Amino acid sequence: MNRDLLRSLVYDMLLARTFEERAAQEYANGRISGFLHLYPGEEAVAVGVLHAAEPADYVVSTYREHVHALARGISARQIMAELFGKKDGVSGGMGGSMHIFDGTRRFMGGYAIVGETFPIALGVGYAIAYRGLPEAVICFFGDGAVNQGTFHESLNMAALWRIPILFVCENNHYQIGTEIHRHSAVADIHKRACGYAIPAEKIDGMDVLAVYEAARRALDAIRNEGGPRFLEFETYRFRGHSMADPGAYRPAAELQAYLHDDPVDSVIRAAETADPTPGKQAPIRAQGSPPSPFRGPAWESLTAPDIESLRAEAAAVVDDAVRFAEASPAPTMEDAWHAFRRNRMPDGPSAP
Amino acid sequence: MAEIAYWEAIRRAHDEEMAHDPLVIAMGEDIGVAGGTYKATSGLYQKYGSERIIDTPISENSYTGIGIGASMAGVRPIIEIMSINFALLALDTLINAAAKIRYMSGGRVSCPIVMRTPGGTAHQLAAQHSARLARMFMSTAGLRVVTPRGPLDAYGMLKSAVRCNDPVIIIEHESMYNMRGEVPDHEVFRPLEGAEVVRTGSDITLVGYNYSVHLCLAAAEKLASMGVSAEVIDLRALKPIDRDTIRRSVEKTHKVVVAEEDEAAVGVGAEIISVINEECFFALDAQPVRVHAADVPVPYARQLEKAAIPNADDVLAAALKVLGRV
Ligand SMILES: Cc1ncc(C[n+]2csc(CCOP(=O)(O)OP(=O)(O)O)c2C)c(N)n1
Ligand SMILES: [Mg+2]
Repeated sequence: MNRDLLRSLVYDMLLARTFEERAAQEYANGRISGFLHLYPGEEAVAVGVLHAAEPADYVVSTYREHVHALARGISARQIMAELFGKKDGVSGGMGGSMHIFDGTRRFMGGYAIVGETFPIALGVGYAIAYRGLPEAVICFFGDGAVNQGTFHESLNMAALWRIPILFVCENNHYQIGTEIHRHSAVADIHKRACGYAIPAEKIDGMDVLAVYEAARRALDAIRNEGGPRFLEFETYRFRGHSMADPGAYRPAAELQAYLHDDPVDSVIRAAETADPTPGKQAPIRAQGSPPSPFRGPAWESLTAPDIESLRAEAAAVVDDAVRFAEASPAPTMEDAWHAFRRNRMPDGPSAP
Repeated sequence: MAEIAYWEAIRRAHDEEMAHDPLVIAMGEDIGVAGGTYKATSGLYQKYGSERIIDTPISENSYTGIGIGASMAGVRPIIEIMSINFALLALDTLINAAAKIRYMSGGRVSCPIVMRTPGGTAHQLAAQHSARLARMFMSTAGLRVVTPRGPLDAYGMLKSAVRCNDPVIIIEHESMYNMRGEVPDHEVFRPLEGAEVVRTGSDITLVGYNYSVHLCLAAAEKLASMGVSAEVIDLRALKPIDRDTIRRSVEKTHKVVVAEEDEAAVGVGAEIISVINEECFFALDAQPVRVHAADVPVPYARQLEKAAIPNADDVLAAALKVLGRV
């Protein structure tokens, strides 16, 4: 069981990295256009959090959301086809990289207006609470988004009405070219949640196992005790803000330090390390906190050949996704009208 | 006279106005240390410092409000909003406050802010980054709205806007920042109202603003090769609209096409055709035609984006229809 989880985390980390690097290549090849925001460096956040989520939980994300979509189980084929602007894309080619939606997987969208996701996610959470369901909504956002008024307004209402929402801050220290200390008076973002009495934690977002455990705890608390929870993950993007941005404003030493802490390499190292051994025991946990699924007697490591086969599988899946996207037809204006008009009537037939 | 890019023209206007008046400041996301998304303030942070070139958090409504408050107390802020899509977040302070402060104060308090922001589609920026929205601002009493079509107006209108006591919205265009054009080496102020006849002709009037002027000019070129003499008007300002220039042209050509990159409803074309109805209805020989975007959010897919947004051939086709040549 734990070995399966570990394997799946490692695979998703590898798939995320491979997918994004390939998307960068395809952008350079001219097959993807528009704004393309990539996730290398930050994989542990989406992968860890979404492995801790239940399939019935909802997700609301940003324009940097390919990996959230992959980790939710949306196929690499459908996502790549969307990036290519093709008919078989998950949003039919209408949305593109920044607007991935999949209602069947409760993936309620990638949004490109910073800060608009807070109230939207809160509304999803309100619907869950109103209907009395044991579900939660997970709202991903960056460090730059917390200075939008909607952030504060939404935190207040989330706490006031005890909405089952997990706020997930992907703190990569930059709002495009503006470093966090130049955009935020309080750079410890989770502290802002205290102002609204929302339990909050800051976690190493380069460690997928730590991310998973923290998200698990938070989601359990939401389901068992109710109300919102807030997690700040410290992370870093290895690339520029988007493909249009070389990221020249960042000190080279800073980038180097984070590259050294590559979350994909780290999880592979951790997975290859046999455990438990006396030196590798997890730190003694505070009383009452649940046991870690990664440490303890059931822990088993993955071997180097295991990792290589996962790597090969991820590469094959991404190659296949590109072939699929290439072969998919371009959408027509008819499809555009259809996208705009379908599902208009709640009960009747959908309009043409 | 030098040929410079649109972004350089804007940068020069900032630089000159900031050098001229120490009360001029600029604020916006990434305009300082990072040099600006469109480079329109590049190098100015180094020259004028962080108190005059202000990198803001992502708080559009609030920093627009800060600009408004500062303008009421003597400072002259130029606010850059990275894209007109994000200007929607600042509509409260812009429309509820900036547009009304002078009026609500019985004319006693002015609000001399400048907001610069690009509208328009570029290359597959998709539904939330392709809004045009000029029509929304031009319908608000109390605002000035200008739409520079090239570097000269981008430079000279920004300079005039900074010195104007009204709130001025300058709508630039995602696809025009690298467009080049001549700007005199000496200081120039371009008027904030008044349309311009950019090509004279006698058979038909093509009306555009901002990017769509270039579609009209391209269509006029093709029409010339077909023996049709088209007059092209750049509206330059969407608020106030220069009714006289439109009337004079229509009285000469008797036929008109209005080109806008936005959706048609309650838009620039609707307004211009109403103006023509009011000013010179009986001068018309044919029904005026609007060229406009499809009534859908802008699709991401390349061919669809092209299909949804008007181009020069669409303007040409509309002109031929009005001329009765199809
Ligand atoms: C309302 C709004 N303002 C500005 C932008 C332009 N913009 C896009 S992403 C971004 C920075 C966001 O930074 P952050 O929230 O930290 O997310 P990251 O990109 O680092 O993941 C900005 C300013 C936008 N998309 N929406
Ligand atoms: Mg960030």
